Amino acid sequence: MALAVVIFALVIGSVIFHFASPWWFTDIISNWQSIDTTILITFWVTGTVFVVINAFMAYCVYKFRHRSGQKAAYEPENHKLEGWLSAITTVGVVLMLAPGLFVWADFVQPPENATEFEVLGQQWQWNFRYPGADGKLGTADTEFVSEENPFGVNPEDPNGQDDVIVNAPEMHLPVGKPVKALLRSNDVLHNYTIAQLRVKMDLVPGLTSYLWFEPEVTGRYDILCEELCGVGHFIMRGAIVIDTQDDYDAWVASQPTFAQTQQAAEPDLAAGQASYAVCAACHGVNGEGNQALNSPKLAGLQDWYVERQLNHFKQGIRGGEGDVNGAAMIGMANMLVDDNAVRNMAAYVSTFPDIPATPTIVEGNIENGFDIYDRNCAACHLDSGSGTWYTDAPKLAGMSDWYFVTQISNFRAGIRGLHSADPYGEQMVSMATAMSGLNEIRDVAAYLGTLR
Amino acid sequence: MAYVPLADQDNEADLHHPHSWVTKYVWSQDHKVIAIQYGGTAILVGIAALMLSLLMRMQLGFPETFDLIDPNAYYQSVTMHGMIMVVYMLTALLLGGFGNYMVPLMIGARDMVFPFLNMLSFWFYLASVLILMASFLVGGGPTGAGWTLYPPQATLAGTPGHDMGIILMLMSLAVFVVAFTMGGLNYVTTILQNRARGMTLMRMPLTVWGIFVATVLGLFAFPALLVSVIMMTFDTLLGTSFFMPAIIESGTALDHNGGSPVLFQHLFWFFGHPEVYIVALPAFGLVSDVLSTHARKNIFGYRMMVWAIIAIGGLSFIVWAHHMYVSGMNPYFGFFFATTTLIIAVPTALKVYNWVLTLWEGDIRLNAPMYFAIGFIFTFIHGGLTGLFLGNVVIDLPLSDTYFVVAHFHMVMGVSPVLVIFASLYHWYPKMSGRMYHEGLAKLHFWITFLGTYAIYLPMHYLGFLGVPRRYYALGQTDFIPESAQDLNAGITIAALIVGSAQILFFINILWSLRNGKKAESNPWGAASLEWQTPDTPPIHGNWGKELPTVYRWAYDYSVPGAKEDFIPQNMADADVEMESKSD
Amino acid sequence: MSLFKQITDKPWERTGIIGGLRAEGTFSAPPEKVALVFFLVAASIVFSLFGVSYVIRMELPDWVPVSEPSQLWFNTALLVVSSFLFQRSKAAVSAGKKSVKSTFAAGGIFAILFIAAQMVTWQNLQAQGLFMTSNPANSFYYLLTGLHALHILGGLWVWSKSLLRLLSGAKPEELRLSIELCTVYWHFLLIVWIAVFAVLSNT
Repeated sequence: MALAVVIFALVIGSVIFHFASPWWFTDIISNWQSIDTTILITFWVTGTVFVVINAFMAYCVYKFRHRSGQKAAYEPENHKLEGWLSAITTVGVVLMLAPGLFVWADFVQPPENATEFEVLGQQWQWNFRYPGADGKLGTADTEFVSEENPFGVNPEDPNGQDDVIVNAPEMHLPVGKPVKALLRSNDVLHNYTIAQLRVKMDLVPGLTSYLWFEPEVTGRYDILCEELCGVGHFIMRGAIVIDTQDDYDAWVASQPTFAQTQQAAEPDLAAGQASYAVCAACHGVNGEGNQALNSPKLAGLQDWYVERQLNHFKQGIRGGEGDVNGAAMIGMANMLVDDNAVRNMAAYVSTFPDIPATPTIVEGNIENGFDIYDRNCAACHLDSGSGTWYTDAPKLAGMSDWYFVTQISNFRAGIRGLHSADPYGEQMVSMATAMSGLNEIRDVAAYLGTLR
Repeated sequence: MAYVPLADQDNEADLHHPHSWVTKYVWSQDHKVIAIQYGGTAILVGIAALMLSLLMRMQLGFPETFDLIDPNAYYQSVTMHGMIMVVYMLTALLLGGFGNYMVPLMIGARDMVFPFLNMLSFWFYLASVLILMASFLVGGGPTGAGWTLYPPQATLAGTPGHDMGIILMLMSLAVFVVAFTMGGLNYVTTILQNRARGMTLMRMPLTVWGIFVATVLGLFAFPALLVSVIMMTFDTLLGTSFFMPAIIESGTALDHNGGSPVLFQHLFWFFGHPEVYIVALPAFGLVSDVLSTHARKNIFGYRMMVWAIIAIGGLSFIVWAHHMYVSGMNPYFGFFFATTTLIIAVPTALKVYNWVLTLWEGDIRLNAPMYFAIGFIFTFIHGGLTGLFLGNVVIDLPLSDTYFVVAHFHMVMGVSPVLVIFASLYHWYPKMSGRMYHEGLAKLHFWITFLGTYAIYLPMHYLGFLGVPRRYYALGQTDFIPESAQDLNAGITIAALIVGSAQILFFINILWSLRNGKKAESNPWGAASLEWQTPDTPPIHGNWGKELPTVYRWAYDYSVPGAKEDFIPQNMADADVEMESKSD
Repeated sequence: MSLFKQITDKPWERTGIIGGLRAEGTFSAPPEKVALVFFLVAASIVFSLFGVSYVIRMELPDWVPVSEPSQLWFNTALLVVSSFLFQRSKAAVSAGKKSVKSTFAAGGIFAILFIAAQMVTWQNLQAQGLFMTSNPANSFYYLLTGLHALHILGGLWVWSKSLLRLLSGAKPEELRLSIELCTVYWHFLLIVWIAVFAVLSNT
């Protein structure tokens, strides 16, 4: 009896939950309204079946519950009834499947006029490439991948020279134009998902998959990876910006072509050295750092990391509220007048002899530190703590351990890394939770002190 | 032929009865003891996997409050929870446990046809479990590649347990396949060759049909797992490139070239999809028998039920790629697999109709097993219908890899089979132990489990609609998922903690009742099938005493018009059936 | 009664004993044989899936066809002889002959020779610098031949047990079933080998 009532109540409750709850698909911004329609058809068909069968079952449980003197009917089967039920079910299935297949036929066949762009996934970042003026993407292969050519664009392919390279997790597209995304991966499976577009597809190393859509509303939307790709899966984020055609054209024009990335002029070390004079006061002549002045060691840092951080200070991405020492860097970094000055400085810093800093944190639990580092950090910063351009991870081994503690604490406190233009910092905000508090941060710092 | 039919060998004295405690309970060849060994081990690892899921839920529900696991441990938990539950818990419990216990009793045999092989099967299974558990102890810990173990990430730095954990997982699976094959050959042969006199195929209870077809599926599907495991082991240890394309690992190019990760997925799901039915079909069978017995009515449309089991089993081999709609495989496959997948809905729906129609005009005894069985129908309808979303290829585009998928498969192959397992354990407990369980406690267990799991999984579908991706350690900030999703997550976690801890009620019940339960009659539910007609309760070695039973009728003669009792045991001849006196 | 008829039977319409001492639908073969058939189907699926993987892998761009060593024809002949001898011993035991020992023993010995010859072929390949990882076709070569050899080793284990019993004076009649099962299994392995050989040498 109670069971019948509860089942009936669950049916009613589920229906109410469905219609009353605020949780449903986010608003669609692409041409794939037909997918939403198919979902609605399926929802109504399955919803009806759910209500009818369960209500009928609840009725049976109520009506035919045991009472004294009752005897069950004897009916081995009823072929006619079963036939009818199969027929009705088949109709329901066709009702759901047929529209689905039509939409799928549309999905697998990108329109002729769709322009192509490439999405390149790698642990745990998004990169994008657009065909240049020739409208053709050059061939690419993992065999060409290097620090200078992270896309592995074939340097011999003339089609690839004018390809626009976006080595950052934000892409742009013009509104109202059908586009076909070509999906590639350098390492493991990833999945290119934008919830508002309704489409997703895996990126598979060794082959190129595709999907197509036509964005209809301008704005900035999240790209998520939705295929488990290792320990950093949940921090693999990107953004897609749907622009007006003019904004889009301007943005594309501001991005380097493949040829430009390959022909960058040698940095001017002498100029870098000249501007470093100011820095030397705090960071030391050879970038050895000075804890008393809250200045971390610089020697050993990769040039691209130094360059990015200087730019972050210049643009106010770092050194915001709560970061007093970082704020001090803003003024300093602004003394570098342009991108070239920053580049020269970074290049000069990377010439310093890398003598490991003396550990200042010795009382941490090294074993626990190793455990945490090995399980969570090594995936990007490598077992040796040397970091790598591939994951945009700076060197940690032999650097200032006290600085590591303040920075991880800043990530955990949201002081660093939450600025929308600091995607790598955001990754650290998430990963820093692997250390539960100051003690564990110091454990990891102590472990890093053992890496020379 | 020199071959002597088995039915002639039924001399009870020919059986080698075990003499010592060790041969009776440890190196036992008695199918009932092996069943309990299998089932007990499966339940133990199941508890471990349940704990892992609660760890994950605490992280997801209250990421700031509980800081129990780091991202690494989260992915290891995801992987081990999934793999243990699907393979080492459900498959082992339903086939190794219930298969072993029920098959010989239900078909009127003294034991499996190859008792020694049967014993080996359990010990291999135990070995596979130990190898798997060993991965918690090695450096790097167990693999965190997801239960699907997709290459390349399963073996690359950046994935937890990429060194030893994955190797132990592959080894364990290979040993499990061997164990399953030994057990499976036994069930299939026993069911085909060792049925009692008069037990035609269509007189078998649906439990036996479910186990039979599931075992055949297993024998044909586990080879695919073995093949993928072997090739992946070669790739990992010997450096071949079956599944490994040219890859950059942490900035360095590896030696692999040209392999196909999608090929692994095809092989994996060629196993993985039938695996769903390897779990589901025995559950379908068990629940049919529980429903019929407690409704005092024959299972409605028995023939259709058998055909549906066979049809579902056959179709399950041609739907595998519906797990791969967004895998980057040739998208044109989508048409075929969406169609076959939705076709499978027809026989499955018929099974549901027939369960419900079994209740129609029944005389429903609402005992605890019946509660669980009816609860199963409800959850299975829910899980089956959400499958129609995911099977329809375009709807899979927005929903795949979100919590909708998680909710769907937990509803359909987590909650549903588990409800059946509880229904069956309560239902057959009197026969297995000779005692009755505590009815009140069992019903309390039902209410918390049934309502609790619905409270977990109904809202979880809506997380999926919102677009919350699965396998995320933490969601972080997004521009499309409202803050309230976190409340939903917290609520789900609370429900999960309640349901998880409520399972203690079950263990208290069965352990307490073992000593203190009311002594059970040999057939307390008035069931018609053979396993309730054994001379001893619980049945002793050899099952049937001096003489094997003879079968005169099908397993569902309930409430036969004219008969005095509302059931006629399968081994009762027409002449012995007591009829209602004419004056009534 | 045909299987189809059996499963369309309406079981509630007939009561009483159906079938003789054994229930209707039971095969008139010993359970070991039924189990072997299911095992062979499972084993064929293993090999077929490797075959499918081979074909799919073949279509990927880095595939380099390799020509198979001609020793394989000789190895094949060894396995054919082995299979033939098993067939002979089966026929002998069916005819009630007493002299099964030598034929049965020779059957197994030829299988051992086959495995030895396969290993020699492996060594020759390695001497030519063709290793497991040299190219995907080679990987498959080692994998498939190795797996096939493992299956033969499994068969040889059963064979050796039966042979020991024969040598210690058991009557062939007692081992009739074992000899039959070995024969079926050997034929199966011969067919698998020929299929593997055909696939390997035609690509």
